[in-house]
Amino acid sequence: MNYRSHADLGGRELRERVVPEPEGDPFHARWEQRAHAITIAMGATGLWNIDMSRAARETLADYGTLDYYGKWLAGLERLLCEHGIVGADEIAAGRALRPGCVLPRVLAARDVASTLARGAPTARVPATSARFAIGARVRTRPDAAPHHTRLPGYARGKSGRIERVLGAHVFADTHAQGLGEQPQWLYTVVVSGEELWGAGAERERLEVSIDAWEPYLESG
Amino acid sequence: MSGHDPHDHDDHDDHSELGDMDVRVRALESILAAKGYVDPAALDVLIDTYQTRVGPRNGARVVARAWTDPDFRAWLLEDATAAITSLGFVGRQGEHMVAVENTAARHNIVVCTLCSCYPWPVLGLPPVWYKSAPYRARVVRDPRGVLAEFGLSLPATTEIRVWDSTAEVRYLVIPRRPPGSAALGAEALAELVTRDSMIGTGLARAPGAPT
Repeated sequence: MNYRSHADLGGRELRERVVPEPEGDPFHARWEQRAHAITIAMGATGLWNIDMSRAARETLADYGTLDYYGKWLAGLERLLCEHGIVGADEIAAGRALRPGCVLPRVLAARDVASTLARGAPTARVPATSARFAIGARVRTRPDAAPHHTRLPGYARGKSGRIERVLGAHVFADTHAQGLGEQPQWLYTVVVSGEELWGAGAERERLEVSIDAWEPYLESG
Repeated sequence: MSGHDPHDHDDHDDHSELGDMDVRVRALESILAAKGYVDPAALDVLIDTYQTRVGPRNGARVVARAWTDPDFRAWLLEDATAAITSLGFVGRQGEHMVAVENTAARHNIVVCTLCSCYPWPVLGLPPVWYKSAPYRARVVRDPRGVLAEFGLSLPATTEIRVWDSTAEVRYLVIPRRPPGSAALGAEALAELVTRDSMIGTGLARAPGAPT
C-alpha cells in the first residue's frame, strides 16, 4: 500500500513567516463560504466520515499549493467521484449530466442547527481497561503507517509521559479506511523539546503534547 | 446570504484565481443541487451560522466567566465540555473540549500540525495563519520565534507547552487576566479577550489598550 500524506507538516524546517490576521470575517471570498457549506452538507449525508475526508485531502498531489478551502473543494470532488455519486465528466462539464442517486440523508435547512449542535462525538464506552496510567512512561511507534494516521512524523519513536487519559475514542486510522470505529483509549502524551529536537537554547523550557491512541504507544 | 455579502466584489476580478475558484464552486454546487444532494437553503443557513453566529466572542465569554467565577473556572479546568456547554456553545468541532490555563510559569499554545483542527463553537473558523504551513511546521519546533512574529516575547523563564490537536479533543487557552482589570465586569472583560489569546499566540489586552 502506497499511502503518502502531504499534510504532516510539524517540525518541517520552513523559513516562511507566520502572518497574523485581525479578527473578523473568517472567509476571504464568497467561494470559500460556499465550499465550506457544501462540504459540511455533503458530510451530513453519512456517505463518508471526517477521517475519510481528512485522508482525501491530505493525499491530494497538489496539497502544498492549494489554499485551505481549495483543499476542501478538491477533497470533496474526490470523495464524490470515489463514491460514484458525481462523475468526473460532470465535474469537468460543470453541470449534472445524469440524475442523482438516492442518498442516506440530505441535510435540510431546518435541521442544520440541530445537526451542528449534535456534532459527531467520538467518545465511546471502552471495551477494555486503559493500558497506561497518568504519569506512565511511553514510547511512540517508530514506523510510518501505510494509511491515514494521526501520529505526526515528528513525534514518532519518541519517549514521553502520559498526562491525561481521555477515554476511548473512535480510532482515526481504521475509521479512515472504512474498517469501522474500533474505539481505542486516547491519551495526552507529553514529549520534551529536547527529546523532539535535540538540546538547544531556543528549545529550552518547551514541551509538546500530542493526543495519541493506545496502538500508537508502547511502554518505555 | 448569497449575492449580497461584502466580499462579492472579490469574485468579479476576471482572470484571477479567485474568479476561477468561484466558477468551480458554483458549478459543483449546481451539480449537487441538481442531483438533489444538497438543499440550497441549508447552505445559506450554514454560511450564516459560521459567518455571524459562531466566532471568538463566544470563547471570550467563556474566559471572562472563568476570570470572574472561581467555581466556573474550576469546572472549566475539570470538564471543559460541560462547562462550555452550560453557556450554550456546543457542537461540531467542539464535542470534546479541554481548557488550559496560562500562568506566570507556563504559556500554552494550540496547533494542529496534521490539518487545521480548531474549536469552532468557541472560536469560530480558524484564521488563515492557523491553517498555514509555516505555523503548523514551526510552532512545535520554535514557538518563541513564531510568537515574535505576533509581537509577543515571553520571559526566558516561562515554560511553553504546545498542544498539537491530533485527535478529536479541541483546546481552549485561558489567557491570564490583565493587570488593571479588577474593577471590570464580565462583559467588559470579554472585550479584552482576543482570539489569538485563546490560541496562545497573543495575550489578553490591557484595559484601554487599542483593539
